[in-house]
Amino acid sequence: MTGRILLAGAGLFLLGFLVSPASFAPLFQPFTRNNAPAIYAQTSLLSLTLSHLAIVAVAVAASTVVGLALAILVTRRAGREFLPLARTVTAVGQTFPPVAVLALAVPVLGFGTGPTLVALFLYGLLPVFETALAGLTGQPPAIIDAARGMGLTPGQRLWQIDLPLALPLLLAGMRLTAVISLGTATIGSTVAARTLGEVIIAGLLSSNTAFVLQGGLVVGILAVLIHHGFQGLENGVRRRMGLE
Amino acid sequence: MIEIRNLTRLYAGMPVVDDVSLTVERGQLLVLVGTSGSGKTTLLRMINRLVEPSSGRVLIEGVDTATLPAHLLRRRIGYAIQGHGLFPHRTVAQNIATVPRLLGWPRARIAARVEELLDLFQMDPAAFRDRMPHQLSGGQAQRVGVARALAARPDLLLMDEPFGALDPLIRAKAQADLKDIQRRLGTTLILVTHDMAEAVALGDRIAVMDHGKLLQDDRPARILTDPATPFVADLIGTADRALRLLSLIPVGAIAVPGEAEGAPIAPGATLRDALAECLWSGRSALPVEGGGVVTLDALRAQARHP
Repeated sequence: MTGRILLAGAGLFLLGFLVSPASFAPLFQPFTRNNAPAIYAQTSLLSLTLSHLAIVAVAVAASTVVGLALAILVTRRAGREFLPLARTVTAVGQTFPPVAVLALAVPVLGFGTGPTLVALFLYGLLPVFETALAGLTGQPPAIIDAARGMGLTPGQRLWQIDLPLALPLLLAGMRLTAVISLGTATIGSTVAARTLGEVIIAGLLSSNTAFVLQGGLVVGILAVLIHHGFQGLENGVRRRMGLE
Repeated sequence: MIEIRNLTRLYAGMPVVDDVSLTVERGQLLVLVGTSGSGKTTLLRMINRLVEPSSGRVLIEGVDTATLPAHLLRRRIGYAIQGHGLFPHRTVAQNIATVPRLLGWPRARIAARVEELLDLFQMDPAAFRDRMPHQLSGGQAQRVGVARALAARPDLLLMDEPFGALDPLIRAKAQADLKDIQRRLGTTLILVTHDMAEAVALGDRIAVMDHGKLLQDDRPARILTDPATPFVADLIGTADRALRLLSLIPVGAIAVPGEAEGAPIAPGATLRDALAECLWSGRSALPVEGGGVVTLDALRAQARHP
């Protein structure tokens, strides 16, 4: 209960700050020096936040589609031999630093949103792939046996049994990917993507701690809210299936 | 009618089911019994092709099952397993409707069939239709599992240790209910168990398997009185075979005209029940409901090895 109240409080604070940043100036004033502005006003914080969220949403959607498709492929009879390859690809995607991906992608895709999406997509592949794989392979043998015995075709088993049962784990993977991407997206601003990283970078360049703080705070609160949103969905699905 | 002809399944060159031939008549209840690793489950799973035979054939009503697509074959054969295997994300009604939906029954017909089955298994449709499997007790989940297997009115029902997860009290009731329902619907039923008592209680016929081979296939009384091999004799056990033999015969079958003292016994009760009642109440004869008596002497004669 206390958790919910805190969460709602954080959400309201964020909403208020984004709608009317100037009203929060006194809060950030102590972190400025030499009468520097306390609130970032170059671009509207609300539009930066929406753009940030849109980039993360597209990247998470792409990671989910590809990660899930890979997991489905390697759990089919015909695709089983691709499992080591898929594991390697997603692991490399996770270990290759996003900053390096940005640097490599800019010559090909140019400045802007493109390189950021690629970096986030690669970075977010591993959690979705691994959790989907666990969800698709870790099902109770009796259920698989019953589904086959009832005469479901492999396609029907996938859609009607395997995927619904893997849903809680898949949602957990998406939650991890979304939270990771939310933080990582800030570096997109180094290659001119419109993200909240813009506020943080402006703060770093002008030695204005208030900017760094408000950029980080917005990203942080968003991450907490999204984390809990996904967890709520997961718990709902689990409860329905009697998993807790 | 199911004909199993010279069915063999090899794993890594070793036969798990070794040249088994069996025929099950329409409406019969055959129990496959054996220890674990005897090949009974593999034999069962070859009938609906969850396991493909290495050699041999299975014919259902004269049609070789190998000529049908496996998933279409399975939709015609009911299948219930230990631990029920209900789909946890679907309601009781949706679980029962699985095969009718696959067969493309109209919605109204499916709903009516679900009601009918829940009624048949003594579960109030209004209370149970929309429950999730995790909200059921073990016995209820087991009944839903069997209802699901029967949903599309299969001519043949396969059951693999269907009562294995139930406690003894519920198990006895579930067995009696199953036998009753099987009689009423006239479904051919092949059931796998490791429990000889269950086999004797349920089977019209018992097929005993060991190390992949079919050792004996006969009526329960014959299995008890004439075990074909020492292994079959061991499986029956010598301690209570006389009582098991008595449990196969209803009181009505040996009642003779006469009068006796005390509370009467139902003609449908088994001789084993009658013997227990005689011993418990110290009587040497019991009146049978609707006339006649059953005597302790007659019971002893029935229990004696022929």
